[in-house]
Amino acid sequence: MTATQPEVAPDPRPAAASPLRRLLPGPPGAAGPRGSTLLRHLVLAVLAGTAVVLLTNQLPPYQNLQVARVCAFLCVTAGYTVLVGLNGQLSLGHGALMATGAYTVALVQQGFEERAVQGRWILPLSLLLAAAVTAVAGLVIGLAAARLRGPYLAGVTLAVATLVPALTTIFTDLFNGEQGLRFPAETPPAFLGAYFQPERWLAWVALLAALLTMLLMANLVRSRFGRSLRAVRDDEVAARLAGIHVARNQVLAFVVSAACAGLGGGVYAVLTATVAPGKFSLDLSLFLLMAIVIGGLGSLAGAVWGAVLLVALQDLPSLITETFTLPSGLAQRLEGNLALAVFGLILIVVMLVAPGGLQGAARTLTARLRPGRPATRR
Amino acid sequence: MHPTARRALAAAAGLALLVGASACANDEQQAAENVPGVTDTEVVIGTHQPLTGPAAAGYSKISAATKAYFEHVNSKGGVNGRKIVYKVMDDGYNPANTDNVVRKLVLDDKVFALLGGLGTPTHTNVLEFVKAQKVPDLFVSSGSRNWNQPDKYPTTFGWQPDYTVEGKILATYVKQQFPGQKVCHFGQNDDFGRDSLAGVEKVLGPVVAKQTYTPTNPQVGPAIGALKAAGCQVVISASIPGFTALAMGQAAGQGFRAQWVVSNVGADYTTLAKQLGDKKVILEGMLADNYLPMAGDTSNPWIQAFTKIHQQYNAANPIDGNAVYGYSMAYTFVQALLAAGKDLTREKLVDAVHKGGFKGPGLTPFRYSQDVHAGYSGVRMNKVSGGVQSYFGPTWTTDDGDGEVKEFTETPTAPPADAIPTT
Amino acid sequence: MDRFLFLTFDGLSTGAVYAAFALALVLIWRAARLVNFAQGAMAVATAYVGYAVVSVTGSYWLGLGAAVLAGLALGALVERVLMRFVGHANPLNDVIVALGLVLLIQAVLGIVFGNEYRPAAAPFDTDALTVGGIAAMSPYDLWVLGAVLVVVALLGLLFTRTPIGLRMRASAFAPEVSRLLGVNVGRMLTVGWALAAAVGALAGMLVVPTGLGLHPHAMDLVFVVAFTAAVVGGLDSPAGAVVGGLLVGLILSYVTGYLGPDTTPLAVLVLLLAVLLVRPGGLFSSVRARHV
Repeated sequence: MTATQPEVAPDPRPAAASPLRRLLPGPPGAAGPRGSTLLRHLVLAVLAGTAVVLLTNQLPPYQNLQVARVCAFLCVTAGYTVLVGLNGQLSLGHGALMATGAYTVALVQQGFEERAVQGRWILPLSLLLAAAVTAVAGLVIGLAAARLRGPYLAGVTLAVATLVPALTTIFTDLFNGEQGLRFPAETPPAFLGAYFQPERWLAWVALLAALLTMLLMANLVRSRFGRSLRAVRDDEVAARLAGIHVARNQVLAFVVSAACAGLGGGVYAVLTATVAPGKFSLDLSLFLLMAIVIGGLGSLAGAVWGAVLLVALQDLPSLITETFTLPSGLAQRLEGNLALAVFGLILIVVMLVAPGGLQGAARTLTARLRPGRPATRR
Repeated sequence: MHPTARRALAAAAGLALLVGASACANDEQQAAENVPGVTDTEVVIGTHQPLTGPAAAGYSKISAATKAYFEHVNSKGGVNGRKIVYKVMDDGYNPANTDNVVRKLVLDDKVFALLGGLGTPTHTNVLEFVKAQKVPDLFVSSGSRNWNQPDKYPTTFGWQPDYTVEGKILATYVKQQFPGQKVCHFGQNDDFGRDSLAGVEKVLGPVVAKQTYTPTNPQVGPAIGALKAAGCQVVISASIPGFTALAMGQAAGQGFRAQWVVSNVGADYTTLAKQLGDKKVILEGMLADNYLPMAGDTSNPWIQAFTKIHQQYNAANPIDGNAVYGYSMAYTFVQALLAAGKDLTREKLVDAVHKGGFKGPGLTPFRYSQDVHAGYSGVRMNKVSGGVQSYFGPTWTTDDGDGEVKEFTETPTAPPADAIPTT
Repeated sequence: MDRFLFLTFDGLSTGAVYAAFALALVLIWRAARLVNFAQGAMAVATAYVGYAVVSVTGSYWLGLGAAVLAGLALGALVERVLMRFVGHANPLNDVIVALGLVLLIQAVLGIVFGNEYRPAAAPFDTDALTVGGIAAMSPYDLWVLGAVLVVVALLGLLFTRTPIGLRMRASAFAPEVSRLLGVNVGRMLTVGWALAAAVGALAGMLVVPTGLGLHPHAMDLVFVVAFTAAVVGGLDSPAGAVVGGLLVGLILSYVTGYLGPDTTPLAVLVLLLAVLLVRPGGLFSSVRARHV
């Protein structure tokens, strides 16, 4: 996974010296550098994909599921870090957007099952619809968000994050309340052999989605739209002067980010073939934010760190209490909490002293090791 | 396209395909393995429990008791020469974590069976996975009817009486003792409340008023106000302990004096009294039901036997309803394991539960058969009086369908030596 | 009609608690121009302190005092150790640091006290007094309402009549000018945080007996509602926060009563959006329309 890191990570906090200059439209038809960017990202994606496929071939089932979960979360964190880090819009409702994608997949797949329709195309179709439906939800939130700033936007999206259990209960007939929905599990295609590990196939499906998302986001970040996202974050007035339609830019950023969250939520649902409101609690939204901040806000490589962190967060607790023998009462209290306390602390420390997050630290380190190279590339 | 880049791309893609095609070799070997989790000296089983989070309050004590019982059994030589290793995983009552820990138990730790996975929304999520892996999924700790679907989930079994059975029996008692009174229902806004209401209405017909609550919203005032306004005289409540206490406290606060009849899961006197504090007097006269010996009944031979184990292996926790639940369920599991025989396989364990006939601490028989995967068939009423919750009247049994509610007269069995089943 | 009256009383008593919370949010807004997303978690932490003192001494009033003192200390600490060093150029930073604080506080509370609901007793009777056959408010509800109103009155006096209050307002509105005039802006900020956290502690002590009890996450949803109340009232106005809190309490009570308990999160979101998009200054804001 880490192979995609160095190229696509702009400094999350570029000097705000002259946004105007960076915004001046390039000469028309300047396809040269952009074309090579696309190619470079493509090569990186294929290399990273190959590495992960090689890895999954060596892994037992449960570890492959972990890889799959990292990939599902990566879809979400990649789009999320673009919205928060590059466009400066703080959404606390991305857990709810994931839920939108997950429920879309579940309902679409259930619909086909009820009509006894089968086929390998159902999975990609349902994932596509998940991204689309969530993009529409993102559009609605984004339209409101474009009129709100800072803490107000955070407050409204926080209210959105608490909505999932309520909506699934109000529309119990459709969403089956707190028990959620089940749909047919994704199985490996026949040509891979009867004994192909199902978890490996899931990891591949998730990997494909993650690579696609990363590829799209990496190119988007480097595109003119990507530059205008940053311009709006740094100085709205200057951006407006440079001819950027600020509101449209913000809404679009929300839509793109929501589509990624929807895809990630959809893949997340496919991994277990179930959805339930309890999976998309307020905590999930906060954990997602924690992941991208610790990973490094605005950095796609940081999004990878963040996705790994989210999966580690689920698996660390039992590891800690299994490794050390503690008095049972203390072990029980530490189990769910210790990892959270540590990550909460890291989150604060990162915000105060190392705004680049893990990725920023990694980049500084590599730059120190190779003094000839500049720490960041623009 | 740059030629070097193109070449790299082609090479990488080719490699990926090659690797993908050759991946299946080592999977075939893994498929032909022995029975997972079973050796000559050990049988490894697992569970998911809320050890943290809002549901942890009383429920975290269940697995502690189950574990203590297995330690006791292991100290006496185990079952068929095998020691029971019980892996308890915390899911914090969050279905996303349940998905994860159950997959870890089955795929990574290779457990032989799951035992007593706790919670409806949590366990419902792993039913398909458990089915696909053909793991015996015994004695799910919840009164949902989901576990009783042998056609869909052939290895999943319930244990406690389901909420519909409870509802039918509570309503039968109410019909006999409070004829002509206005009966209402207060329930959680999920299958717990709905199944209970279904059972109640099977016996009583439509109730006068019904109100629900959401576990995330402690504002129950409006719901209780509506029941009061409807003139309810008896309220049958399918609520978790926190909300039983809130609802009864609210009712007392509003001067609404009705007879409360509470489903077993939300009626443990110790828990309710702790939450109500000084106001615990309002619990006097509360009616509820149970199907296991009452934890406070020190003259009961089962409680005496369990207390012995408790003091040796689980002394840090109180011996309450949750502990008795954990011990009793572990007892039933040992019975099933014994019946599955020395030559243990997953199929044999499932067949052993199908045969059923387990007799233990419970007041009523189990319903297990080839076609029924539901647990205990009935309950007995209890009442709070003078700060003590104790049984009265007959034991009743019924089913979750339209079967009638019958009295059950067989006397409970006595515990075997050391409270370890021998057959 | 009886139902309506009943729900009105019910809404006023829950609204009083939201008002106390909203008040704490408003205080920090006035002092530092930021929304403290850690308000809920900080209030829970101080309520744990308060009820620990109650269970040791047996006196509710000692516990209440301890909680308020703990609030003062925690607020000052958070400002001095944490918020002071956050880059305020981007309002995002405050929110993210506060959310980190939420995770940290909740986890530490879980480790120290366990993740169980701890029942907390009310200092006054919670049985409602009947007015004309309708169960109206209980003595405890009246105490909550009275406490909130007294705090608002005291804060009003502080901000308009005392030098320190005036200095606090000045340094929040025009820090540069105040500094030139010799006001220690940094200290005023610390005082503002301490004051807000103390009011938050009071709110925490008041809300706990009305719900399921003390729990590290007990204020998660209350925070969302209180934020809505503060926005409805206008983030600048303490009186607005109280009116906003009561209004939101009423609306949620009617929604719960007439539409069912599942719909409240939806109602909160709709209300929040409606106010922000239609009247961004809040219903009672006296200042010029703010830039949201």
